[in-house]
Amino acid sequence: MYTVADLKKGLKIILDGDPYLVVAFDFVKPGKGQALYRTKMRNMINGSLLDRTYRSGESFEPASLEERTMEYLYKEGNHYTFMDQQTYEQVVMEEETLGDAKNYLLENLKVEVMLFGEKAIGISLPNFVNLRVTETEQWAKGDTSGNDSKPATVETGYVLRVPPFIEEGELIVIDTRTGEYSTRVKG
Amino acid sequence: MKVDALWLRAHVIKAIRDFFWERGFLEVETPLLIPANAPEEHINPVLALPSWQLQTSPEICMKRLLCKGHRKLFQISRCWRSGERGSRHLSEFTMLEWYRADCDYRTLMADCEELLQHVAATCLPGRRCFERHAAQIDPFAPWQRISVQEAFARFSQHEVWDCLKKGLYEEILTSDVEPALAGFDVPVILMDYPAELAALARTMPGHRNLAERFELYVGGLELANGFSELNDPVEQRLRFAEANSARRSAGQAELPLPEPFLETLATMPPSAGIALGVDRLVMLSAGVDTIDEVVAFTPEDL
Repeated sequence: MYTVADLKKGLKIILDGDPYLVVAFDFVKPGKGQALYRTKMRNMINGSLLDRTYRSGESFEPASLEERTMEYLYKEGNHYTFMDQQTYEQVVMEEETLGDAKNYLLENLKVEVMLFGEKAIGISLPNFVNLRVTETEQWAKGDTSGNDSKPATVETGYVLRVPPFIEEGELIVIDTRTGEYSTRVKG
Repeated sequence: MKVDALWLRAHVIKAIRDFFWERGFLEVETPLLIPANAPEEHINPVLALPSWQLQTSPEICMKRLLCKGHRKLFQISRCWRSGERGSRHLSEFTMLEWYRADCDYRTLMADCEELLQHVAATCLPGRRCFERHAAQIDPFAPWQRISVQEAFARFSQHEVWDCLKKGLYEEILTSDVEPALAGFDVPVILMDYPAELAALARTMPGHRNLAERFELYVGGLELANGFSELNDPVEQRLRFAEANSARRSAGQAELPLPEPFLETLATMPPSAGIALGVDRLVMLSAGVDTIDEVVAFTPEDL
């Protein structure tokens, strides 16, 4: 258990059953009065921010979170299944929990899955992933319209802007932090 | 921390010292290690040796000097309050206290005005303003004086007595009132506190429920706490007992009473005394947000 005196930025605690990360903290104590501990916390499942003020004497349960390397297996409806290659344990996450990360999930991709108890609450991806272009318009040589990019669909169904010279079937590198095209994989 | 903040700190301390010397105050040094502080419900002393504590304020010894006939006293000393650490708190910090015989809290308010003007004029040449969260606070313009009741009525949706009853006083003060005080571009004196919030202050003549206590706010930062001193030993002993009983109900250890102080209190002339946070005055002079930026080392640095 933590007490209010343990509160500081970066601490992870459980509130109303959810894991929260303390993102801001201050101690206030007006004129010989009672001490107050003001915190701003981020819900680690849905990202929402919460302001809470505590008084001395309150205590908190630490949130134990674990990150494990898992492989993405398949999608069924809006449920995505991942598996730990060592224990063969599987976890399922909803599309909503994954957010933009779903755009880069290709079968067998290795990701870091954040677990809160048994529950998977998010994943971290490699900074760059390679995905094949499945659909994009052909670049007309000598096109002088001035467009320096065009839309392309990759094998996960994600649509992004790519340079005009990219052709269907090509493998491109995407920066998962920005969602943008990074470079072409040659060969 | 930047080197210039240490220079500024030294200048501010020198300016304070000069200010009181020029006005005929006696600079004193009283023991930091004492058997008993004034028991307060929400202040926990640091226990240093068996049966000895570090001072949470030099008030007990300084008032005993008033009893001995000294009339104008000041001291710049270290104080310790266990468990207090935040952007405005260090558990070891530097306090300025000054005391005047035959005066009440209004004289101290005038002292505050002159002291802050002196510090601004000598330590902040050109600017002559304090700074908090990028806002300039001018100590040379007329100061604001607001009673606690009025401040709660004006700046919050609550009535101060109601907040006290519900245990929400500190919460409303810090969430509604103090941020509103930060909106003033001059120092603000918040005055006439509910008597229960002033364990060592005299109550106002004709108003048993109000005490002659004030707090000085600069840019919303609480800088000093002063009051007309209570010099009735019976009443004082009663208030110490109340503080200890509140501590007991909250599961806190009771604190020993400063007996020699209680024994001489009846000989203290009508007086007024005030404590001002020197680190915070340096913060306001430097225009920095945290107390960490104005000390040579924080506990975490050691």
